[in-house]
Amino acid sequence: MSLTRRDVEGIAHLARLQVTEQELPVYVDSLSKILSFVEQLSAADTAAVEPMAHPLEGEVQRLRPDEVAESDRHEKYQANAPQVKAALYVVPRVIE
Amino acid sequence: MSLHTHSIAALAEGLAARRFSAVELAEHFLKRIESANPRLNAFVTITRERALADARRADEARAKGGAPRLAGVPIAHKDIFCTDGIRTSCGSRMLDNFVAPYDATVVEKLARAGTVLLGKTNMDEFAMGSSNETSYYGPVRNPWDLAKVPGGSSGGSAAAVAARLAPAATGTDTGGSIRQPAALVGISGIKPTYGRVSRYGMIAFASSLDQGGIFAASAEDCAYLLHAMAGFDPRDSTSVDSPVPDYVGELGTPVKGLRIGLVKEFFGEGLDAATAALVQASIDRYRRLGAEIVEVSCPSLPLSVPTYYVVAPAECSSNLSRFDGVRFGYRCENPKDLLDLYKRSRGEGFGAEVKRRIMTGTYVLSAGYYDAYYLKAQKVRTLIANDFRRAFAAADLLVCPTSPTPAFDLGSKVDDPITMYLNDIYTIGANLAGLPAMSIPCGFIGHLPVGLQLIGPHFGESRILSAAHAFQRETDWHRRTPAAYA
Repeated sequence: MSLTRRDVEGIAHLARLQVTEQELPVYVDSLSKILSFVEQLSAADTAAVEPMAHPLEGEVQRLRPDEVAESDRHEKYQANAPQVKAALYVVPRVIE
Repeated sequence: MSLHTHSIAALAEGLAARRFSAVELAEHFLKRIESANPRLNAFVTITRERALADARRADEARAKGGAPRLAGVPIAHKDIFCTDGIRTSCGSRMLDNFVAPYDATVVEKLARAGTVLLGKTNMDEFAMGSSNETSYYGPVRNPWDLAKVPGGSSGGSAAAVAARLAPAATGTDTGGSIRQPAALVGISGIKPTYGRVSRYGMIAFASSLDQGGIFAASAEDCAYLLHAMAGFDPRDSTSVDSPVPDYVGELGTPVKGLRIGLVKEFFGEGLDAATAALVQASIDRYRRLGAEIVEVSCPSLPLSVPTYYVVAPAECSSNLSRFDGVRFGYRCENPKDLLDLYKRSRGEGFGAEVKRRIMTGTYVLSAGYYDAYYLKAQKVRTLIANDFRRAFAAADLLVCPTSPTPAFDLGSKVDDPITMYLNDIYTIGANLAGLPAMSIPCGFIGHLPVGLQLIGPHFGESRILSAAHAFQRETDWHRRTPAAYA
């Protein structure tokens, strides 16, 4: 499996990651190697094998009743935000 | 004073008998940390004031009577566990400025058990690494040899316990991040069954694999801590609602009659000969203790590393999408629009290995590739889990090496991801199948320690701990400390 620069630029865009000109060839090389490495999985016979859904047999994700269980702590949580105004997160203008 | 070589039981007993106070004990470890950390880089945050406040409270509780059994015992937390009011960085520039607004359940439970928080330990960025070299705060060094890695990703916790800077420290294990560093620094470390320990407040890497656990000098010490950490938590939807056994009380379970399985595929090519010899000697010791040794086969197990390097990156690409430069964490300077804000905040906030894994995961989940990679890997994962299930029909525990070699040189593998990933060849299987597993010291090659891995069936922690304890009653590898930190 060999990726091109364009492939990696496309993946980086999907992942919302800026990759610099210097980083790009390094990722082209290492991502190609990783994908070649994991290609050995294709040789495994998995006909009639169910994909794993949970590491513990018979366990499923538990649901809980949709009830309010937490108090409002937005001030404490927003203390970590890069930019807040009137309890709202501030981002660059999206709609012109 | 040699308080740093005491077992957890001896510390608890000394505190209960008032031979030393929790404040004296905390001071003793804080001094050791402050003196050793410039060399080892095991801690990213030392919480001196918090430690002394916790210790004073433990002393008061001891004076009043009825204090919990770990009251006053100092510990450290891997910096992946959220600690209310204390920076929780996950080893990343992305969270360099993040002060957690709440405690992880593990942190809360260990605080309620009376432990004293010494600080937060260094780690590979977002727990992605096997050498602790991907940390934004620089590599941790191995206390046995400063030119060697301590293993990863929980390298700071492992080095801290090995240098006796803390009697115990928490860790997390997604592909071997507790067991491999425990092996490389010569201590004991257990990864419990998936769902045994709550992951609430533990920063997510790969959610179908992640599990919190503990490092300490011995299996007995681990049993005390694990008992305080484990248990059901309604705030973690993967937490399992089953009673926590008395891990300490069951340590004396004899090895006689125990069926120990040797997985044929674990003793093949790539295993260092000297490591293999030490593992073989350990198996002989178990045989002398009355265990029955049986050979088992797990034919799909050699595919565990490629399976992991599809599943873990896929899940990490999804989990780490929350770091967007908007709600918390790093934000780039002067974003020109929202897309630029996302891309540069993430591009500048994440390190090289994290970006590599996010991109690998994005690729294997993308349209047209999902079936070929992710779905295929989850099917192979079923095959691996079935192999283990068959093995546990013939054996009570599996014994094998933890890591193919002892600690390697800093910088020697960091540019070659595949070679680095192959370090986890013996540990990843347990994560893929959700099994509990532990590493204990089983000897030295030159001046470097070697680990023995014990893998159990789901919820077999007690059997693993008692088998490890039986081994440690016969050996003193777990009591050895690096000369500089004796």
